[in-house]
Amino acid sequence: MSTFLTFLITGLTTAAIYAVGASGLVLTYTTTGVFNFAHGAVGMFGAFLYWQLRFDWGWPAPIALAIVLLVMAPLFGVFLEVAIMRNLEGTSEAVRLVVSISLLAALVGAANWIWDPTQNRFTASFFEGKGFDFFGTRVTWHEAATVLIAIAVAIGLRFVLYNLRAGVAMRATVDDRPLAALNGARSDRSAMLAWAIGCSLAALSGILFLGTLALDAGTLSLLIVNAYAAAMIGRLRSLPMTFLGALIIGLAEAFWQIYRNDLSQHFHVFTSTYLDTFASAIAVIILFVVLWLLPNPRLRGHSRVREFFPTPSLRGSLVFVGIVIAGAAFISAWTTQSHQIDLANVFALGIIALSLVPLTGFAGQVSLASLSFAGIGAVTMAHLGGGGDPLGLLWAALICAGIGALVAIPALRLSGIYLALATAAFAVMLDRWIFNLPNFRVFGWFNVKLFEQGSVAVTRLKVFGLDTSSPRAQVVLGAVAFSLIALFVVALRRSRFGRRLLAMKDSEAACATLGMNLVGTKVAVFALSAAIAGVGGALYGGVQQSVNAQMFSFINGLPIFMLAVVGGIGAIGGAFFAGISLALLTTILPDVVPSLSHLLLITPGLIGISLGRNPSGAVSQIREGFAPMRQSKVALGFLAASLTAIVVLRSTNTIANWPTFFAALVVLVASVPIGEMFAHKAPAEVAEEPGAGAGAEIPLEWVGITRPFTDEDVRQMDAALGISEVEMYGAARS
Amino acid sequence: MTDAPVQDILLELRDIRAAYEQIEVLHGVNLSVPAASVVALLGPNGAGKSTTLRVIAGLHAPTSGTLVIAGRRVSGARADDLARAGMCLIPEGKGVFPNLTVRENLRMATYTGASLHHVEETAYARFPRLKERRKQTAGTLSGGEQQMLAMARGLAVDPALLLLDELSMGLAPIIVEELYEIVAQVARDGVAILVVEQFARTVLGVADYAAIMVGGRIVNVGAPSELEDELSAAYLGA
Amino acid sequence: MAQLEVEDVIVRFGGHVAVDDVSVRADAGRITGLIGPNGAGKTTLFNVITGLLTPNAGRVKLDDRDITKLPPYKRARRGIARTFQRLELFSVLTVRENIAVAAETRRSWAHDGAHKASSIDAIIERIGLQDCADERVDSLPTGQARLVELGRSLASRPSVLLLDEPASGQTESETQRFADLLRELSHEGMTVLVVEHDMQLVMSVCDTICVLDFGRIIATGTPEEIRTNDAVLAAYLGTKKVGA
Repeated sequence: MSTFLTFLITGLTTAAIYAVGASGLVLTYTTTGVFNFAHGAVGMFGAFLYWQLRFDWGWPAPIALAIVLLVMAPLFGVFLEVAIMRNLEGTSEAVRLVVSISLLAALVGAANWIWDPTQNRFTASFFEGKGFDFFGTRVTWHEAATVLIAIAVAIGLRFVLYNLRAGVAMRATVDDRPLAALNGARSDRSAMLAWAIGCSLAALSGILFLGTLALDAGTLSLLIVNAYAAAMIGRLRSLPMTFLGALIIGLAEAFWQIYRNDLSQHFHVFTSTYLDTFASAIAVIILFVVLWLLPNPRLRGHSRVREFFPTPSLRGSLVFVGIVIAGAAFISAWTTQSHQIDLANVFALGIIALSLVPLTGFAGQVSLASLSFAGIGAVTMAHLGGGGDPLGLLWAALICAGIGALVAIPALRLSGIYLALATAAFAVMLDRWIFNLPNFRVFGWFNVKLFEQGSVAVTRLKVFGLDTSSPRAQVVLGAVAFSLIALFVVALRRSRFGRRLLAMKDSEAACATLGMNLVGTKVAVFALSAAIAGVGGALYGGVQQSVNAQMFSFINGLPIFMLAVVGGIGAIGGAFFAGISLALLTTILPDVVPSLSHLLLITPGLIGISLGRNPSGAVSQIREGFAPMRQSKVALGFLAASLTAIVVLRSTNTIANWPTFFAALVVLVASVPIGEMFAHKAPAEVAEEPGAGAGAEIPLEWVGITRPFTDEDVRQMDAALGISEVEMYGAARS
Repeated sequence: MTDAPVQDILLELRDIRAAYEQIEVLHGVNLSVPAASVVALLGPNGAGKSTTLRVIAGLHAPTSGTLVIAGRRVSGARADDLARAGMCLIPEGKGVFPNLTVRENLRMATYTGASLHHVEETAYARFPRLKERRKQTAGTLSGGEQQMLAMARGLAVDPALLLLDELSMGLAPIIVEELYEIVAQVARDGVAILVVEQFARTVLGVADYAAIMVGGRIVNVGAPSELEDELSAAYLGA
Repeated sequence: MAQLEVEDVIVRFGGHVAVDDVSVRADAGRITGLIGPNGAGKTTLFNVITGLLTPNAGRVKLDDRDITKLPPYKRARRGIARTFQRLELFSVLTVRENIAVAAETRRSWAHDGAHKASSIDAIIERIGLQDCADERVDSLPTGQARLVELGRSLASRPSVLLLDEPASGQTESETQRFADLLRELSHEGMTVLVVEHDMQLVMSVCDTICVLDFGRIIATGTPEEIRTNDAVLAAYLGTKKVGA
């Protein structure tokens, strides 16, 4: 009885904290339509701030609480709304997702910058751990207060939403935003209020965790995943159901601790060591199941998204991979071994990012689990690729494809934010539970070896007798592998299957009514993507030579997704951008300019947040910028000649590494105005052609660069940017 | 506003053209609505009636032409400015917040400055049925009651010009009749009312004038009794 | 022989009955029109026929076989194709690619050469879009986009074709050509069911017209019968009011 009561109280306390966190999430999501992945990170930041005031500076608890909960957190919420979230209206769900994930990354980075993560911080629960006796069980005042606070939050939210005009206006905005505006309500104020309250509740839940949990930026930010599960039980809409969900999860976690031992006396299966770390995965498993049980949604119709990816030409792609391989071979010849490892990382990470191109770029399916698949690939290579056997790579691809297909099945019915959450739940489940398991047997006949609760060694590949164990060989191997897979992805885009994926992204409803079996197509693309990520992970393991679970955690996977989307997820260049910028930010730049290392922690987040401005990604902008150079034979000739000269100079040791780098940069940039100078004849010729014919020949993104705008172009732009003619027309009819 | 002499033109459209992207949907619309009267704008689907309303309400900018309200040229004015100047548009079919109660719906009207007490009082006086239902969620009301609620909220702000889009959409004829009685009464109080309707006959009973719109043009204007025959031709083809 | 039959279908959205006990029949080689005021339930009925929406009651039969339980893609494989009122084109693909996706999808179960370049060219020619075959469809005006949807449906070689407001957004001459194409298809034996607001078009091409109002069929007949039907006049113009 007394253990039961103890765990009941623990469960209720945890449930109360989840409820507070989840209700804030639901409030911002329903009012503004932005699912804030960074909600937990806001809570984490609030907890750190509170620690700073209360424990570091020794302020009294009530004052510290008031400053964090009533001043800082609401102000931060308002700042988020005004500076970031407001601009997201009309963007795709993927973009919103990336922006809030980026915010998560930026906040974790900022916290690690301000509060050195290697330092231990003293925290204490409220009321100095004092408590009272409750039917023979000791209850701390902190626990009692936590439960009371959750009840107070429930009552308070109810009061605000139903009894204050501002709250009624918030609910009205959820119902019908334009109508609320017709009534004279300011929807931006409602949104600001929602963000202020949401951030305050996030901070409150973060602070309540203090005393029971270590103050760690990553852990605290991810605890909110448990709150997501609670929010999902409330379908992201209903606050009462969200509180119920929090209760279920909190109690399930607590009672698992008591009853596992009892159960294992009766059922052998519960004694297995593979359930040791299961408790921490309960919430995400509930999240996964709840997502699975969501009522069948109707097939998606078309979404008008401001994204724009031109079809890659085979020739352009060959040139691209040629440059990549040649560049890798050249640069790696003149760099130190440690930089060669960095460079090899670029390609391995680039391949993992490539796995997102068919899945997210073509098929429009969001996955936050690509690094987890890479982890599976790395582990497979470690155990089945002994001695650098290339068969290990094949196994990595096959096993990942199989698991990818399995994950796809429950994920099939989901899209957008729900799919992102399901894949996140899968990634967190691996990260908290599976990856930490010792070797175990499945059904007594199948041995599974993972990270063996530490790290495992990966042997570098031996391909056709070629030993790639030197760092430089790893660079070349990485470049070749990246190029081959990139070409495969380009070929895929131009194939029947690629067309089918793009069609599915545009309109599932149309595909189904044409006789397309969406299940098969989705499972295939998930498996394919997982296989690519697995190969990337296997090669990444080879570069590192030793891998551990932490390297493939959910949190570490977020920047890959973010940067791939920022780079332009529909293009192989975007994946390359992700690989190169990730390697630059995490290893190369901190090495070269150590003073920047703190700033670099938050850079991926800041880059991601900027995405709202250009949803087609950075690579398309860069392409656009270099268009004049590509159009002009003179500029290309200049570029080729100058680069050859630089290569010769470097090879003869006439110049050192950094001058080489800067000379190449100058040449590259200079080729653009040269292109412009010599290309002025071309646009005039094109402009003389009749509008429709010209439209067929000039990709839309070059219009205005290669020839002047016409009204027709503006209309096409509107169409491409999602200012939908159909919708306008639909609105026109009565 | 209500002291304007009858037959004073409150709203005037002069050669209004409007387009969605490159497709012109209004090809020069001329229309006048006097104060204290009901004007019905009728026509089949896709004739441009709703676009005309959107142009008047400032939700869609015309490509050319002039919009005059109470003697002032207002072409290009913004929707919320027009709303503050006394124009009220009750949009088609979705004039209420379905998850809010009747009372909360009325509370949303207080953003224009009226007190909740005043809004409730005038609303319940005009539509007694809403008083009985004031704690009910608007989404669970019948279609007619929802339309009443939308109108009550619109009228609570004492507009000078009321624009009604497809008031009768999805409603039983008897309810539509009841609603139009109220429309007529509001007009007698001095408000200029423009009604867009697809179901022509119901509104003809209360309209002082009617205009038939086909293919983005007004093809006929006159007293309701003169238009009966033109209507079936306009709707079902000659 | 009746090809497509909808029997006693009921669809409710919450408390609202969108389709209320509707039965419709569309015969091979004939064009059946489905008309009615906005919100009468026409598009909902199309969604029921194609399987995008499960009805609360009733059956959909194709050639006397009950297909009510089949998922959308299986119905498509039995020969039902449709277009959408709010265009559902594959916007980043070209006209040719849009049609190719449909043809290739058919190839995955029918193996009859529908995906051959010559078949695709024939369809492009038939809808008259040779000049813009390699343009991305999101750059086309609505009228032509509607033709692409039609072409895409034809590429799956359907026996039943459902067209949801095919003429909206088309110019007068486009509508004229479209009407000719519809007659041609129906002469070839195709079952055509069309929802349309352009009465000129409906009255000129349809063999039979069903009128929906408030989710119910209020009249069925030839264009001439419909034009003079009192119930239809009431639905479109409202009930006659005292004094009007």
